[in-house]
Amino acid sequence: MVWINAVLQGVLLGGLYALFAAGLSLMFGVMRFINMAHGDFIITAAYLLLALVTGFAIHPALAVPLVIVALAAAGYLNQRILLNRVLGKDILPPVLVTFGLSIIIQNALLEVFSADSQKLQAGWLDTASFKLSEDLAIGALPLLMFLAAVAVIAGLQFVFYKTPLGRMLRATSDDPEIVPLMGGSNAHIFAIATALASVVVAIAGIFLAMKTNFDPAAGPARLLFAFEVVIIGGLGSLWGTLIGGIILGVAQTVGAQIDTGSQVLAGHLVFLALLVVRPRGLFPKT
Amino acid sequence: MTVTDISPANTARNISYALRGIILIAVLALALAPMWASRADLRLFMEALSFLALAQMWNLLAGYTGLISVGQQAWVGLGGYFFFALAMFAGMPVLLAIPLAAIAAALVALPTAWVAFRLQGAYFAIGTWVIAEVFRLIAAQNGALGGGSGISLPVEIAKSLAESRNGREMVMYYLAFGIGIASVVLVWLLLRSKWGLALTAIRDSEPAAEAMGVVTRRVKFLIYILTAGVTALTGAFIFLQKLRITPDAAFSVNEWTAFVIFIVVIGGLGSIEGPIIGVLVFFALREIAADWGSWYLILMGAIAIAVMLINKRGIWGAVQVRWDVAAFPVRKILPERSRD
Amino acid sequence: MTTLLETRNLTAFYGDFQALFGVDITVGQGETVALIGSNGAGKSTFLRTLTGLLPAKGQDIRFEGQNIAGWAADRIHKAGIAMVPEGRRLFASLTVEENLLIGASGKRAGPWSLEKVYEIFPDLIAKKNNPGTALSGGQQQMVAIGRALMSNPTLLLCDEISLGLAPKVIKDIYEAVPLIREGGTSILVVEQDVGQAMAVADRVYCFMEGRVTLSGKPADLTKHQIAAAYFGAKNEGEAA
Repeated sequence: MVWINAVLQGVLLGGLYALFAAGLSLMFGVMRFINMAHGDFIITAAYLLLALVTGFAIHPALAVPLVIVALAAAGYLNQRILLNRVLGKDILPPVLVTFGLSIIIQNALLEVFSADSQKLQAGWLDTASFKLSEDLAIGALPLLMFLAAVAVIAGLQFVFYKTPLGRMLRATSDDPEIVPLMGGSNAHIFAIATALASVVVAIAGIFLAMKTNFDPAAGPARLLFAFEVVIIGGLGSLWGTLIGGIILGVAQTVGAQIDTGSQVLAGHLVFLALLVVRPRGLFPKT
Repeated sequence: MTVTDISPANTARNISYALRGIILIAVLALALAPMWASRADLRLFMEALSFLALAQMWNLLAGYTGLISVGQQAWVGLGGYFFFALAMFAGMPVLLAIPLAAIAAALVALPTAWVAFRLQGAYFAIGTWVIAEVFRLIAAQNGALGGGSGISLPVEIAKSLAESRNGREMVMYYLAFGIGIASVVLVWLLLRSKWGLALTAIRDSEPAAEAMGVVTRRVKFLIYILTAGVTALTGAFIFLQKLRITPDAAFSVNEWTAFVIFIVVIGGLGSIEGPIIGVLVFFALREIAADWGSWYLILMGAIAIAVMLINKRGIWGAVQVRWDVAAFPVRKILPERSRD
Repeated sequence: MTTLLETRNLTAFYGDFQALFGVDITVGQGETVALIGSNGAGKSTFLRTLTGLLPAKGQDIRFEGQNIAGWAADRIHKAGIAMVPEGRRLFASLTVEENLLIGASGKRAGPWSLEKVYEIFPDLIAKKNNPGTALSGGQQQMVAIGRALMSNPTLLLCDEISLGLAPKVIKDIYEAVPLIREGGTSILVVEQDVGQAMAVADRVYCFMEGRVTLSGKPADLTKHQIAAAYFGAKNEGEAA
């Protein structure tokens, strides 16, 4: 029974990991761009929510949309002002610029919030659970997290395949050079893609704040999880991201069941094993 | 009659000679440092020489083969841990354990490269980071080597280098001197060999290099293994000097990769001179901003971003735009036809 | 006839390489103009400069009375210049219909719509949900033309639309030209096929080595003149 429970909790944890990964995947899909500060932006969103709710006593129902809007705006401006300048064939500038951003964000958070690890009290969400059997229960928060992940991915899928914006994003992914001949501005479309990714980053950060303890240096670990999920699922595949998240989540919880200290290590090892067996991921985009 | 030639080419040649002179004097001064420098200065030089070696290796990898690794801490850490294991459990002499630790790390790099090379570009970068994390987590799980809280090198092992404190410091200093200078010479010789042409071709244009018949994949693989080995050698020395190793210190991404990248990027990627300039700038900045705490790191991140926006080839790249100078000439220049 | 487009002394560079040397061209309202010339003569460069894909800051490109030189490509598109790029360049992950719809992103009003495009290229109706790149070359070209028309352009630029297509297919495609003119759109085509260009155009310009070497109405130009302008003066004797 403990194993079934471990798998079940892993699946739900996979929802959070899919949320970590979806933004990274989206940015790569549209502009072949990897944001090394991705995890730090997730942590920034978590701190922002914490500051609004506990620092400024703003009701969560208001604070959550505020965080989302703030991250989206920041993402748009960051792309427009900074990142668009380093996009191009040479991958070194974007990697180094976002690596530099990562260091700046971590230390700025440290300066503002100190190195103490924190967590947002989510009230009844922290404790509520649904009993499935005598020794099997699903926590309300993990369940909500998982459902949010499914909703976010379904939403992105809708935007990408059913709206004019999605058409433009896919066209940009195919052939950015001639998109201006269709009336689209590359700089704007890239920034919109980053804003959209940042909305997902904000949602991921909001759940992270409620789910676990975090500190200013917690970003890189989230970048690594997000990256592993994207590779496992297959580059550019949104639903693959959910599957990848579940695989990583289950690997970690089952690993923790075998040996408490091995949760993260087990996830990394399963990732590396899958990388050897399926280098293009489980659902590669053709 | 002598005619003063003030053509740009001649100016560049004069600057190049001057640079070579300065470097020669600096190397001599460093070689004699134990005679004139204070204990604190020597420690600083040791650290700078270690970082010079790490920076030369990262630059060889990223600047010439285009493999951007943010997981070099894997090799620093493995070098350190292998050294501790060999010295403590195999009872090996320190001066033998250090190179053997490097060789052991290079052997680990073989399967690692096989896995990491499945990823390209920025994904390779993050992949190397994952691998470094795996090593860190394994080290943290290893009880014999102290697990998460780490382990200290027994005093008798340190004393085996030399009985007196001064003697030990002398040995350590010359180890650092040797590693730092050797890293520069190694890269220089490599670039002057037939490999150099291949590496420069890959740096300038990978497709063109492929077209010229350079097997870029094999070159990249071998350079990856080589840099892993030398980085591990440096790591083994660093932790001999520190006398204590913990997984977090050994596999620190900030210390062994972020700082190193900063050094190379600001000094100038894809040149031998760049990392040297970068080390000077990095340590000067650190002396000035030591008390700024996290603001110092924020400044560093901002400078790295600024370099990428202004000139991707850093300080040395900016110098070369003005003058065609080289302190370490690696190009094979065809002899000019003699004019009668 | 009112002038729609006029370039004065237009130059273009690829890095240090100069590709255009002072090109003066006009296109009138409702006119169809062809640019002919051999490979590398500068015709495509000229089109890329008009669309803003190549920088033209500080130059003189009058379109409907405004100087559009230096505008971003998307702004020029919204002002009413659409282009059918060389090699068609359909978006691989978009269906035929999505490829057409994306052309309408600028939201300009005018006669063109999905229905209208399907009317002149009925072959596309059955394929509208296929990926754009899964079509034959001719059909892909129809999508590329339709995609440009969807923006309701005042001026349509066509870059080598007959390249690599069978004669029968080229004929089908050029049959659409009169239908496009009916809507009031002016057309500037780049063609290596001189016969095709002469048949369709009101006026032609011949390019050689980045300069205009000849211009006029097709009926007024002799074969001799064209050959000289196309291949250069030293071949004059052979052409005659």
